[in-house]
This record gives sequence, C-alpha cells and structure tokens, in this order.
Amino acid sequence: MHLTGIRLSTKGMASMTSAENTPAAGPRPGRYPAGSRAFPHRDLLAVGALERHEILFLLDEAEQWVAMNRTAAKHTDLLGGLTIINAFFENSTRTLLSFEIAGKRLGADVVNMHAAQSSVKKGETLIDTAITLNAMRPDAIVIRHGSSGATALIADKVDCPVINAGDGQHEHPTQALLDALALRHALQARGQTADDFTGLTVTICGDVLHSRVARSNILCLQALGASVRVCAPPALMPQGIEAMGVEAFHDFDRALEGTDVAMMLRLQTERMSGQFVPSPREYHHLYGLTARRLANAAPDAIVMHPGPMNRGIEIDSDVADSIDRSIITAQVEMGVAIRMACLDVLTRRRRGIAGWGDPA
Amino acid sequence: MTPHAVTIVGGRVVTPDGIQDVPLRMAGGAIAGFAGPEQGDEVVDAKGQLVAPGIVDLGVFAVDKPAFRFGGITRAALMPDQNPPLDYPARVNFIAKSGKPDLWVHPLAAATVSLEGEQLAEIALMKAAGARGIATGRRWIADSGVMLRLLQYAAMLDLVVVSHAEDDGLAGSAVATAGEVATRLGLPSAPAEAEALAVARDIALTELSGARLHLRQVTTRSALSLVRAAKARGVTVTAGVTPAHFMLSDLSTMDFRTFARLSPPLRCEDDRQAVREAIGDGTIDVIASGHDPRGPEDKRLPFADAAPGMAGAETLLAMTLTLVRDGVIDLPRAFALLSANPARLLGVNAGELRDGCEADVAIIDVERPWVVDGSRMEASAGNTPFDRQPTQGRVSSLYKGGMPV
Repeated sequence: MHLTGIRLSTKGMASMTSAENTPAAGPRPGRYPAGSRAFPHRDLLAVGALERHEILFLLDEAEQWVAMNRTAAKHTDLLGGLTIINAFFENSTRTLLSFEIAGKRLGADVVNMHAAQSSVKKGETLIDTAITLNAMRPDAIVIRHGSSGATALIADKVDCPVINAGDGQHEHPTQALLDALALRHALQARGQTADDFTGLTVTICGDVLHSRVARSNILCLQALGASVRVCAPPALMPQGIEAMGVEAFHDFDRALEGTDVAMMLRLQTERMSGQFVPSPREYHHLYGLTARRLANAAPDAIVMHPGPMNRGIEIDSDVADSIDRSIITAQVEMGVAIRMACLDVLTRRRRGIAGWGDPA
Repeated sequence: MTPHAVTIVGGRVVTPDGIQDVPLRMAGGAIAGFAGPEQGDEVVDAKGQLVAPGIVDLGVFAVDKPAFRFGGITRAALMPDQNPPLDYPARVNFIAKSGKPDLWVHPLAAATVSLEGEQLAEIALMKAAGARGIATGRRWIADSGVMLRLLQYAAMLDLVVVSHAEDDGLAGSAVATAGEVATRLGLPSAPAEAEALAVARDIALTELSGARLHLRQVTTRSALSLVRAAKARGVTVTAGVTPAHFMLSDLSTMDFRTFARLSPPLRCEDDRQAVREAIGDGTIDVIASGHDPRGPEDKRLPFADAAPGMAGAETLLAMTLTLVRDGVIDLPRAFALLSANPARLLGVNAGELRDGCEADVAIIDVERPWVVDGSRMEASAGNTPFDRQPTQGRVSSLYKGGMPV
C-alpha cells in the first residue's frame, strides 16, 4: 500500500481508504516516480525550488499522518533512533511545537535549540553554530532564522537534511504546504474532488511586505493552479510583486470580490522599522476581515490565517471562529501532519529506504 | 636615489591625443617625451602591448598593495571609512605617506567628525596634512544644512567633495533595490529613487556653493539624467561608478550571494544599461574599483547581515576593457575614466602620458585571457562578484614615478 513499503502499525490507517474518490487516500502507487525521484531534494528550503508534482507528493504523503493523528495511539517508531534538532534563532511557539510534536510522533529524538540559550549570543557566527550542530550528527535540522537566506547558508555547511521553518522575509515552505493541505481538505468536505486548486481564486491580505508566509503561499498556490491576489496598503506591498504573477490590490473590498479563499496575515510589527500604518484601528477600518466584507467574496468562501491572530485588527472574531467558513484550526492540525511527512520523506535516504539512495 | 631613465619602445602609447606608436621616455620620475631612447637609458620592449597611464583609483576602502599592483593601480584615494576614521590630521598625514614609494595613497578627509554627518571635521588641517579631497564616507549627509556648509568650505579650500548619494530616509537599512528580485528573496529593499533624491539635493547645494562635487557612484537611470542635465547647465559635478554596476544587475544576488551585496545595491537591468549609456556619452567621468576586501567573517553571513563591498582592484581594468570591446568607449576614453579624470579631481600631476607628468605607467596586454578566481586573488580577501568569470586584459609591468613596481 505504501509507496516505499513502510509498514505502519496504527489502526487509523484504515480510514485512509474510506473516501475512494478523494486524494485523501494517501500516496498511490504509480502516481509519482519511484523512490527518491518523487522528491529528489536533500533539503526543504523553499517552495520556489519545488515542482508541482513534488508539492502534491508531500501533500499526499501527509494524508496518512492526518489520519494517524486523529487516532488515540498517535505514534510510530518510523524515525526511531534518529535525532532531529529544531534550531530556532527567532522566537516561535506554534511552529516549534508543531515540529516537536511531528518528530516525536514519528519516534525521533527531538532536541530544541533556542537562540536565547545559544552561543549566538556569545558572538559565535551562524556558520560555526551550524558546524557545531552538524558535529552532533543530527539526522535532520529544522531551522528558523530572522534573516532571509540564512537556512540555505546553513544547509550548505551540514551533512543532513535541513528544513526551513522560516527565514526572514523569504520563505516558510511548511506553512504553505500545510495551508494547501488544509485548503484541500476543506474543498473536499464541500464535495470538490480535484487534487489541486485549478480555477480557485485566493486573496492574501495583510503585511505582504514582511511576510515569508505570503511568498511561500503565492508560489505554492500558483504551482497548484490557483490564481492569487494580494492586498495590502502601499507601504506593506513589496515593489514588483506583480512579477510573481499575482494581481495586486490596495482596495480590500475589490480584492475580495468573488474570491474563494481569504488568507489573512498579521501585521508583523517586529519587522517594521518606522511607521507603516497610522494605527491598528485605521488598519482594521481598511483591511480588517469582517463578516460584512466577507459577503463580497464567493459564497462559502474559506477563511484562513497562519496565526498568531490579532483579533479585531486584521480579522474579526466572528469570522475567525465561524465554523463553516474558518479553517484556521484545521491549518494548525495539518501543520503537524505536513511536518511529519517532510521529516519522513527527507530522512528516507538516511534510513536506507529502498529507492531513496545510499544512506552513506 | 634618483631613478634612472627608462625608454619603453615598441608599444602603443595612450596619449591625450590618442594612441600613438612612439617610444615613451621616463626620466627623473617624470615623463620625458616621446622620443629616444637616449644614451644610457634602460630600454624596455613593450612588444606591441598597450602603454597606458597607471590607474588612479578614486575611492578605495583599504590599502592593498598586491591587489593594486596586479590591477595596474599606481595611486589610490583612500576613503575615510577606516578604523579609526580619517577625521584627524595626524591620521591623514600617516596615511598619505603609507604607500610610498611604489604606491601613492591620497587620503580623502572625513567630511564630518566620526563620519556621523553632524559636525564638520578639521578639513583645512587635514588638507595641510595631505588630504586630496573630502568624502562623506559610506553614507550620505542627511542634514542639508551641514552639507551646504561643507560644500561652501570645500569650495573655499578648492577640494573636491566625494559624496555617497543615497537618501537616508528611503534607504534606511535596505540591502537591495526594490523590485522583483528583492521581493522574491524577501530582502529589505529601498526604491532606486533613493539615489536620484540624494543626487538632486547634492546638485542643488553644489550650484548654491560653487563647490566641486563628485558623486562616487551614480547607478540609476533617473540619477544619471539629473547629472547629465546639471552638467549641461555648467554645474561642477562629476560622477563615478564601479564595474559592478555596469557589469551586473540585481539578478546576481539570487541565491543570496553576499559577494554581490554592495552599497549602493545592484540595480535592475535597465539601470545597468543606463550606466553603460552614461559612460558612453560622458555623463560618467570616473570608473573606480571601490576596493573593499572582506573576509568570510564579514561575508559568510545571511545576505542582510553581511558587510557590503567587493574586492575590485584586480578586476577594475579588465572589466573596463569589456566596455572597449563592446564598443561603448574607445581605449583613450577608458584611460580618461580610469586615470586622467580621477587625477584631475584629486589635483595630482598624474593620470596622463604627457610630458612632465609623473611617470606612472602600466604596460598592458589587453588581449590576454584570464579567469577571475576568488580563491586565488592577490587582494587580502577574495570577495569578487566576478568569480569564475573569464575575462581579458592583464598588466604585464607597472612603473610608479619611473621605477618598476
């Protein structure tokens, strides 16, 4: 059943095949190239480096973990004996927790390194920190760093797979993947059967300038066939964003018109030097997602937010908590599954899975 | 020791009147005519190579003799951005003597104390100590009142003011030019117009003060058209550029290549074309290396955290010669940009192969192919954005004041 021949002991796997007509059935033989050719990357650094079928492969791989995570005994020893280091040079609660849970549910030994406790504060360079981590022979490193490109720099210096958990304002690939997975589940729940997002319009609204989530999502959604609109006040709209193939709006109501998905972003005040919007109140006046505004969108439009939310600023509570519109909690749930899929796929070579290369 | 006389024969000599197949005689440290050799002269056969003035590199950040020797640079104007900065006469005096005899370093005095852009430094005393110009450093002087007083003072002292033109409010902590590349990479960026804004103000204050203003790097189409218009009005403004901005665009920063992290940042392709046009039509007067060797501790960092700058001394000549091969300029104009114009701005009797001029001479094989290799450079660090690029044109021998370097 499993493409790679890994056997899972969990009972929850039975539910995977319940919906025959949906891609929730997990990786299917013959759909992807065999072995590592389905995902020929050592690291996961950027959605921009992935092909459409590689994204779909990770999404399909994640379905088994969605299923397992919904059972009581949500644990496998697939990654037993492996060490995963979560090296977070920037504060994070939810992403770190999500990666930690993902690693532990797969049976790996997960170690978290916080910047506040690290030798970075003692003047050690990023490269030296990377070399030090590498010497401890981890089997995967998950990195978050405040500077764009930092994870690629580290990946260059270590021998194990590296997962980018957010680098500056550049990319946050697992967030885009989990958003795609959550969106796909939501569409399936509405009876749509397509694997991808062809014909779908997604509006990303908020602090696009400072958002790595926006960049990864633009690339991921487009790869899966969606057309993407971005909406932000001029100061928070990156110059040249149209070159990424998106439609740019300053008027939120127009941006929402007929959209199938509204993806809201937080104002990243920690990345702002100087004043970008006059006040949160005024921001809400122009860009807050209210129930009234949402009525402009397509009927049943889906509401997403990568969190953490600032209720009453970019999104109203009644919208965020709307059971039939908001999939914000599903995004968090899918985050664990996607990260499990990434850790599984990227460590296959290390674990000597047939077809995934020499473990060296 | 008085240098003995040398006559270079068999060369194609770059003179102010064009390229001439004549001998070049150097005696007493100066150019001594285009005849000879005379009795007792050492005779050097250039074997058809180019005989050109040594390069006068206006605005380097480090004194790096091996790299300058490789690049044919006989004089370098050192930026005041040293540690400590060149804002004090004794430091200027020390630097002015530091390279002699084989390299002459012309210190550029810091315009303001600690280069902070607030209080004018002791410019007249620094001039007496050997400063050949004044520079604002890596940053623009944001306070227009300070800049006006600086320009007025510099006009009185007849010193050129070398300005870094980037509006502070727009540039802020940006490390890239706003546009598609910066957006895709998620790099803090500033609009290219930050340069035009700064250039417009500096030109206005120059007109007001009558000073000589040299904009060390003008890299955008809009700023270049401001310079072009100002020159047409007779404003005493000159513009410079480094090869990075006529060879590369911001595409070179893809993959977060920190060797392409420069100040001002690399621009879009249209601006690169505008720089080439401006070199061709005379709007740009100076091509300099901006030599700023930086080791891994400054460069092996995430892009935004890395120090700006490139080791440019070794590639300056070869990259400028690509403009000749591409038909943008001819050879005499290339050496006006590299040598004569910067020498004139600094007020030194060099930069041209003219009777009585200091005998700073480079013999150059303009065709010789070589590959830039960042790991094997003469410079104290190999941070070149041209790494592994094949190029042409190498200095075969170099004379400073008539003596072989």
